[in-house]
Amino acid sequence: MIAIKTEGLTKKYKDIIAVNNLNLEIKKGELFSLLGVNGAGKTTTVKMLCGLTAVNSGNAFLNGNSILTDSSKCKKFISVSPQETAVAPNLTVKENLKLICEIYGFKKEKCENKINELVNQFDLSAILNKKAGKLSGGWQRRLSIALSLISEPEILFLDEPTLGLDVLARSDLWDIINSLKGKITLVLTTHYMEEAEVLSDRIGIMKNGRLVACDTPDRLKEKTATETLEKAFIKIVKGENI
Amino acid sequence: MKILAFSKRNAKEIMRDPLNLFFGLGFPIVLLLLLSIIQKNVPVSLFEIEHLTPGVTVFGLSFITLFSAVLISKDRETAFFARLYTTPLKPSDFILGYILPLLPIALAQGVICYIFAIVLGLKPSLNIIVALIFLSFISLFYIALGLLCGSILNSKQVGGVCGALLTNFSAWLSGIWFDINLMGEVFKKIAYLLPFIHAVELERKALSGEILNATPHFLVVLGYTAVILALAVFIFLKKMKTTK
Repeated sequence: MIAIKTEGLTKKYKDIIAVNNLNLEIKKGELFSLLGVNGAGKTTTVKMLCGLTAVNSGNAFLNGNSILTDSSKCKKFISVSPQETAVAPNLTVKENLKLICEIYGFKKEKCENKINELVNQFDLSAILNKKAGKLSGGWQRRLSIALSLISEPEILFLDEPTLGLDVLARSDLWDIINSLKGKITLVLTTHYMEEAEVLSDRIGIMKNGRLVACDTPDRLKEKTATETLEKAFIKIVKGENI
Repeated sequence: MKILAFSKRNAKEIMRDPLNLFFGLGFPIVLLLLLSIIQKNVPVSLFEIEHLTPGVTVFGLSFITLFSAVLISKDRETAFFARLYTTPLKPSDFILGYILPLLPIALAQGVICYIFAIVLGLKPSLNIIVALIFLSFISLFYIALGLLCGSILNSKQVGGVCGALLTNFSAWLSGIWFDINLMGEVFKKIAYLLPFIHAVELERKALSGEILNATPHFLVVLGYTAVILALAVFIFLKKMKTTK
């Protein structure tokens, strides 16, 4: 079953083609990582799929619904954790969770149950009444991902979720992301090769807006005759013969 | 429900900033107090409380514009706003969510000003209620102005334009502190072309019970409110689309 399908998805900014004719299929329940150097088109791709950036040409289908013609339908089953931490800084952790519950129209009881569930899942009880803006980067990111799960999305976009986090915070987030694998479709963008290798079912490598490789981490290493994903990535991005 | 949730969040974001509390509630009270003290020590009628209070309540609303503009411009720059874009919130929910919470804040600011003015010697009367009702209409103009500035400017520019320029416009072109006739015909004409002096006159007439005399000023304020609100909504929606 296909969760995400893009057909010639393209985004241009004046003279720059940020995403160029992207054709991609991601299966339901799969964790798909998008890798690429800065400006490769990863975040733009995610933004187009989430409806945050207009598409210039092509189309994409989320659970069979076009992002161009059924965007409000798509909004109901997708969620995003943007690259920068997306929390309301002057609200407490609990108020942040409650806000998103209410925006999705949850009744009081469902709202409380959902908050309890996420507090347990993300281990937020100790910081529940602290203002989000006062939390460390790791906790803010953790909260940001928790917020993106409130709507019980079928597809979740995680745009560089561990950027700037320390080793422990990153490891904690990996555990959380791993626990979501198989339950929902995850699209992850990252600069960290180790992260992509550990977490991903499949990896797409983008360069200058184009998808230049797409396979499992092992197959990418095999194809490039390299031992690590990092070496495989470098070889692919540098365009060396594989 | 969605609008209410978003409105509550916006109200909390504003009210939890200590600077907002100081400028929104504290500063108008400080002005009332200082100018009343000056009045007590000068032999001429400069800052009579009946004349001063309506002006200060209107002047206080320029801080509501600042709060509104800062919140919106900051939100537009954050990933939190991007997150909200992907939720079922509609453009109308965003607009109402930014406007609605500021109305009670503006009214509370006016109520506090009038209560403090009573402490300083303003005679309590039902006209204060009438003045507060008119203040709610005036506040819509200032809130709409905040929505407009917050949609056009970034958070740094908002500080300059709303924090400095608007508060000065609101102060000097409104006849709050001095008789506008003292500034000459040109200055007077400019002042009467803008809504600030009409807002102050409207409040003064309402407080003195001259409702009929307040009507022309009320119409000017309503006209400006309609134009600025329409422009603010148009630009906010346009910005939402062009952000994409």
